[in-house]
Amino acid sequence: MDPRRMPRTITDPKIRQVGFFAPVAPPDVSMLGPPRPTTPSSPVSGNSLSPVMIPPPRHLSSDNVLLSPHIAVDSFLPVGSYNASEFSSSTATEDFSEDNFSKDSGWVLNENSGKAAVKPNTHAASGLTPAVSNEGPPMELQKQQPPASSMPKKEQTTKAERRALQDAQRTAKAAANAGGSKKSISASAVVNSANANTKKVAKAPPQKKDSSSVAASEKRGGDRQTDKDRKKDAPHPRMQFDDEDRVEKAKKRSVVKQTESRNRVELFRHLPQYEHGTRILDLESHFFQLDTVHPAIYTVGLRFLTGDISGGNARCIAMLRAFQESIEDYSTPAEKELTRDLPTKINGYVSFLIQCRPLSISMGNAISFLKPKIPELSSTMSESEAKASLLSDIDRFINEKIILAEKVIVRLAVTKIRDGDVLLTHGSSSVVEMIFLCAQELGKQFRVVIVDSRPKLEGRMLLRRLVGKGISCTYTHLNAISYIMHEVTRVFLGASSVLSNGTVYSRVGTASVAMVAHQFRVPVLVCCESYKFHKRVQLDSICFNELGDPDAIARVSGKEDINYLNDWASSQNLQLLNLTYDATPSDYISMIITEYGMIPPTSVPVIVQEYGGEHLLI
Amino acid sequence: MEPARGMDFQVVVLAGGFSKSLVPLVSKEVPKALLPVANRPVLSYVLNLLEQNNVTDLIVVVEGETAALSASSWISKTYIDRLHVEVAAVPEDVGTAGALRAIDHRLTAKDILVVSGDLVCDVPPGAVAAAHRRHDAVVTALLCSAPVSGPSDSGSSGAKDKAKKPGRYNIIALDPTKQFLLHIAAGAEVEKDIRVQKSILRAVSQMEIRSDLMDAHMYAFKRSVLQDVLNQKETFQSLRRDVLPYLVRSQLRSELMSNGVQSDENGNSKDAMQNSKILPSQLLANESTPSFHELYALGPDGSASITRKTHKCCVYIANKSNYCARLNSIQAFSDINRDVVGVANHLSGYSFSAQNNIIHPSAVLGSKTTVGPQCVLGDGSQMGDKCSVKKSVIGRHCRIGSNVKVVSSVIMDHVTIGDGCSIQGSVICSNVQLQERVILKDCQVGAGFVVTAGSEYKAESLAKKERP
Repeated sequence: MDPRRMPRTITDPKIRQVGFFAPVAPPDVSMLGPPRPTTPSSPVSGNSLSPVMIPPPRHLSSDNVLLSPHIAVDSFLPVGSYNASEFSSSTATEDFSEDNFSKDSGWVLNENSGKAAVKPNTHAASGLTPAVSNEGPPMELQKQQPPASSMPKKEQTTKAERRALQDAQRTAKAAANAGGSKKSISASAVVNSANANTKKVAKAPPQKKDSSSVAASEKRGGDRQTDKDRKKDAPHPRMQFDDEDRVEKAKKRSVVKQTESRNRVELFRHLPQYEHGTRILDLESHFFQLDTVHPAIYTVGLRFLTGDISGGNARCIAMLRAFQESIEDYSTPAEKELTRDLPTKINGYVSFLIQCRPLSISMGNAISFLKPKIPELSSTMSESEAKASLLSDIDRFINEKIILAEKVIVRLAVTKIRDGDVLLTHGSSSVVEMIFLCAQELGKQFRVVIVDSRPKLEGRMLLRRLVGKGISCTYTHLNAISYIMHEVTRVFLGASSVLSNGTVYSRVGTASVAMVAHQFRVPVLVCCESYKFHKRVQLDSICFNELGDPDAIARVSGKEDINYLNDWASSQNLQLLNLTYDATPSDYISMIITEYGMIPPTSVPVIVQEYGGEHLLI
Repeated sequence: MEPARGMDFQVVVLAGGFSKSLVPLVSKEVPKALLPVANRPVLSYVLNLLEQNNVTDLIVVVEGETAALSASSWISKTYIDRLHVEVAAVPEDVGTAGALRAIDHRLTAKDILVVSGDLVCDVPPGAVAAAHRRHDAVVTALLCSAPVSGPSDSGSSGAKDKAKKPGRYNIIALDPTKQFLLHIAAGAEVEKDIRVQKSILRAVSQMEIRSDLMDAHMYAFKRSVLQDVLNQKETFQSLRRDVLPYLVRSQLRSELMSNGVQSDENGNSKDAMQNSKILPSQLLANESTPSFHELYALGPDGSASITRKTHKCCVYIANKSNYCARLNSIQAFSDINRDVVGVANHLSGYSFSAQNNIIHPSAVLGSKTTVGPQCVLGDGSQMGDKCSVKKSVIGRHCRIGSNVKVVSSVIMDHVTIGDGCSIQGSVICSNVQLQERVILKDCQVGAGFVVTAGSEYKAESLAKKERP
């Protein structure tokens, strides 16, 4: 597919050494259909016979021979694609918004353009396979898509379009001033020129035309309407924070007053970033005012915000434990039903936690596990029974999805450690730590290299614990990665989330470690519980990420003499970027170890489809 | 569930009683809690602060039956329908710890916020409570920056000499993150050196000792711990002098294990009983930022085999911009009066006029009488001609003659001042009568006293002889 994939064939023998075996996974996990993107196939969604879905190539090149050494057994398998309908129909609340998706597909389309035009109506569902005529800019395609689901369609009016519209209006107005008769002609002329390409390929949807000739304000009103509807449906956790209108509304809703920090990096404006210190102060001083929030939830939220609890599993467990406490203390108000009232409570708690810190994907999964459990409770149950059932559900989730899953992962991963190995890890991952400890208990002889990075320096705690257990360790910072990689034989990484195109979303710095390891032909093993998998596709670390406190990178603790950036916020020309996560492309990952077995990153969709979703709910 | 209990916090206001250090300002009729600060009882500042912070359910503990009666009648009159206040009377001289011991049976919530009734501050009590919850501490104390320039900063020249004395503030040791309290001693008790525990110093490895902080007497306690300590250590009299230092001292060798809730993983210790849940709590502990307590508890080699019992003593350090003071001395009384109408006038609850003062509409001013900025003139007070009032608080229904100068003073209600008096830096209690041409400088005049004409006093305390 793309040039980055090239070395993969060379490293494959190394991967063989490690070996793919999947005791629990279905037999077809390791079998990959070769990407044959030229066939515009029917969408995969709902086709249970074809669980394997691999990301489509970026370029429709013919070099797929280079790819996967595995024999294509299921060559009839339909090729996965960026399937609009599939993603947008997702039930998970924390799914990304349509705007982003359209942006994504826009990029892909960009690369695809130049292919033969297909009649859009037939293939609109499969998103990108229909390509546009040569001169068509990629965004034009969105207009052609018939309004399959009307809501996202309205969102898809791009900036360029809107501007064209506005221009049209303006000229129309001017024309009206000059002479009434000319008005419609000139307006339509402008619109025509703006939408010329659209008309060439397919006729524009009728409402498009309407909106162009009607006043712009009316159209805006319609837009707002859909916004409202959408908000009623589900408050969108993934808000675009460069949309001032929405930010304003969110501010009104929020319990905690948040001051947006200044000097945000241009590319990351869509992500929330607040002034860290003032948020803590505000949250603290409103302790007694927040009486809608359960104390346990409040404490957890505060500890998220202050960074006392970090790490995917810890945050997830802390959140679930807090939910348990709040459910224990819950009593149904008079004239209300538990199945109706409790979800609204939980929703309130979740939005409070989001205000403290954006939820991780794993937490989102846990919440979407918990929420459907409440309406499922039968109405004949007494309140205490219902509560007990929910509590045990949460307990089961923690035990099976986190604790047991970790144990299985450790058991699997330990087989990959041989005597004399030098193992490298980045940051501090609970699973990886357990793997090392387990290997130590089994009497394996190995050494650990802990690569750490500022500003969190999480590796230090891991180092302390490992050294305490008598494991010989080397501690270094990310800067030295290219040097230290020479002696490393395995890289074990934790992950915040694994996405269905095999991208590993993890602590920032992980991608560099994986890339360097890949360059040095060192196998990279990512250990991740399957409850952290998500069917989203992510190609970069920009669309979804979390911005940390910029002060954290500006300030060096204990080194007052080198704190040159103390008043950085006052400088207009300086923006600090403290990213929390990054996305590691699947090319750099040799293997993902989950409780279902050890799988190649291309098989993540199988796990997501077969074991995710409702199957996640045990 | 009432709002204050929504967070499982109970608020106790220790209003004190008849405080010896405030003689002659206090009397049987005016207990410390009802001393007027800018014509409002000092207790109202705490109650208003709590009310603003949505705490409507509280216990006020007053020493002495008569004081309790007068406090309770004032509270019920002022805060009817706004606050739900229980007034509890405890015997005199039991100390703060004793007072809590006496109301032990009323404490039911998970945590208790103990506020001193003489506190005048604008630090949200929620912040203390939040810091307490965040670390799951056994005690969290509010520290505020001690008034650095001393009480003389606004030019009350008379008070200067007193203020120049080194403040009786605290010596406080903090950990580098400024979240945990490692040592606390009252500044007055420290002579030459302080003793710091080696074990604590070793565990923290770095300690910051400061003398510019003041213990503001707002504590959040874990109820079970507080009750344990109070019951086990019956000699403990004061929260500040006994209970808090004890908890701080013993934080790395906690003896509070009788009920097993105070281990460093308090939230999870309940779970730990169930074997299957140890792992998640350990996982949580591993991934959360550990405080030195946890590191110490794990032992030097990081193994959890010998778990040492610890508890956390936290602090919340108020922002420098917050006002915070305690009315515990006569000097503090005049300072607070000055500040509440001056630098911290948002606390007073009055709206200041364009001249930055408050003159009640019913007050009567004679001709050529000036009332300067940062002054309060209560309702019904009358002033004669050619008077001058600067930086002073004058109570209700005072009658002030002509040619009177009042500078940096506090004059309470129903005071009669004859012509030609000059009052500087003084406190004059209710019902005092000053006859003509009295000159007072830095004096305190007890309630009902009569100062004869033409007398002149400097830095004296004048009060009626206590009748046996």
